[in-house]
Amino acid sequence: MQTPRSDETAARQGWMGLLARADAETLNRLMPAPLAAHSLLRGPEIGAVMVQGRTGGTGDAFNIGEMTVTRCSLQLPGGEVGHAVVQGRSADHARRAALVDALMQTEAAAGLRLHVLDPLAHAEAARARRRAAKAAATQVEFFTLLRGEDA
Amino acid sequence: MYVAVKGGERAIDNAHAFLAEERRGDPAMPDLSVGQIAGQLKLAVNRVMAEGSLYDPGLAALAIKQARGDMVEAVFLIRAYRTTLPRFGSTVPVETGQMACIRRISATFKDLPGGQILGPTFDYTHRLLDFKLAAEGGMPAAPEAPSRPGPVPHVTALLDRDGLIQRETDSGTPAPDLTRDPLHLPASRALRLQALARADEGFTLALAYSTQRGYGRTHAFVGELRIGMVRVSLDLPELGFAVEIAEIELSECETVNQFTGSKTEPPQFTRGYGLAFGQNERKSLAMSLVDRALRWRELGEENIGAPAQDEEFVLMHSDNVQATGFLEHIKLPHYVDFQSELELIRRLRAEAAK
Repeated sequence: MQTPRSDETAARQGWMGLLARADAETLNRLMPAPLAAHSLLRGPEIGAVMVQGRTGGTGDAFNIGEMTVTRCSLQLPGGEVGHAVVQGRSADHARRAALVDALMQTEAAAGLRLHVLDPLAHAEAARARRRAAKAAATQVEFFTLLRGEDA
Repeated sequence: MYVAVKGGERAIDNAHAFLAEERRGDPAMPDLSVGQIAGQLKLAVNRVMAEGSLYDPGLAALAIKQARGDMVEAVFLIRAYRTTLPRFGSTVPVETGQMACIRRISATFKDLPGGQILGPTFDYTHRLLDFKLAAEGGMPAAPEAPSRPGPVPHVTALLDRDGLIQRETDSGTPAPDLTRDPLHLPASRALRLQALARADEGFTLALAYSTQRGYGRTHAFVGELRIGMVRVSLDLPELGFAVEIAEIELSECETVNQFTGSKTEPPQFTRGYGLAFGQNERKSLAMSLVDRALRWRELGEENIGAPAQDEEFVLMHSDNVQATGFLEHIKLPHYVDFQSELELIRRLRAEAAK
């Protein structure tokens, strides 16, 4: 189920994941109200999903604990359906993520890519890069002291 | 025995008002915001998320504020809230091998692919109180260095390659869930790990320490401890594929344990595993030691009767919400119980005096 069936699916997985991981405030700022016309099919509703890990990292699945998520499904007047399941408890976040998912199936896609998805991707990459750079600065460089027998 | 009694309502209302005032503290001091707790008491928040078994930093911070910093009370609040949420499903098991690590250390190999990354750690600090923190202000800045992109493989995978460590393979068994089905013993390792992931940190720490002191010794080395962000995916049936729904912080610890072999297993290294929400190093480390101690049966080891080997003892007493619920109920009115005991003692004394 995880294997992308096509480039189209992979692209959709890409933007849905980006929207779900995005900061709710940033998404709200990039997509201020009023939002494009749509009708809600489900939600936005807050719930939980059970997060699973694997014994020893690679073995049998086990439950670590739950996390809060908000999901939303909606439809555009043209019939395109958008879905979102996003981290946390923000209805605005889920609704906007579902709306972008629907609009990405329309001619609005290029504009959204430029004005919403690209800024989100840049923000996420910058955040990850800063964390990685700070971690990298704490990497241990071992050196061996001159030992007696080497002298 | 419980008997319905009326009264005390005014006292209870006033007690709760008193509690609210005490929680707020000195009105001359600024109120503590949930954002401040989430940002500056992050390890407390992580502990409440792990033991409350719900990943939501904002809610955990609110619970800590409401509980006046009482961690078990905060965990209780989160567990209660959790029961109000509909469950949308279970995620695809997270790939901790893909973790964006901010900390990653091994006590078994000095030079390993990906390197030893200390991250934001208390290790090597001198544990001297820093009075500068008591004064306001100051924004410390961490140095940065170019990060080397590339895989950060699990240390145990290196041993696995040489066949020196017991292999962890997926049997395809669906994860049992103790939040849906009552705990039955003996429990599978997956069920034990779920219980340990939400277990009280203090209890888990004490049990792990007991194994180090000889009560079920398992000679643990920290093969690897890693902390960082992991992406979480969920299968969406309406679409027919999985999408990433979140990025969460996890702490993972893998111990490598000496094992001289048994009737069923050849001499090799064995593993203990710990995984917990958030930056939760002590918990994941303790969890991996207890996990390994509990595996005596499947590895054909001797049960020496150590507490950490006793699955029932560990699993039935590790949950602090259950424990505190039963412990604290004895402070509630037991007037009738006690009255009967009092009468019994009086009668026995009267009979003895005859």
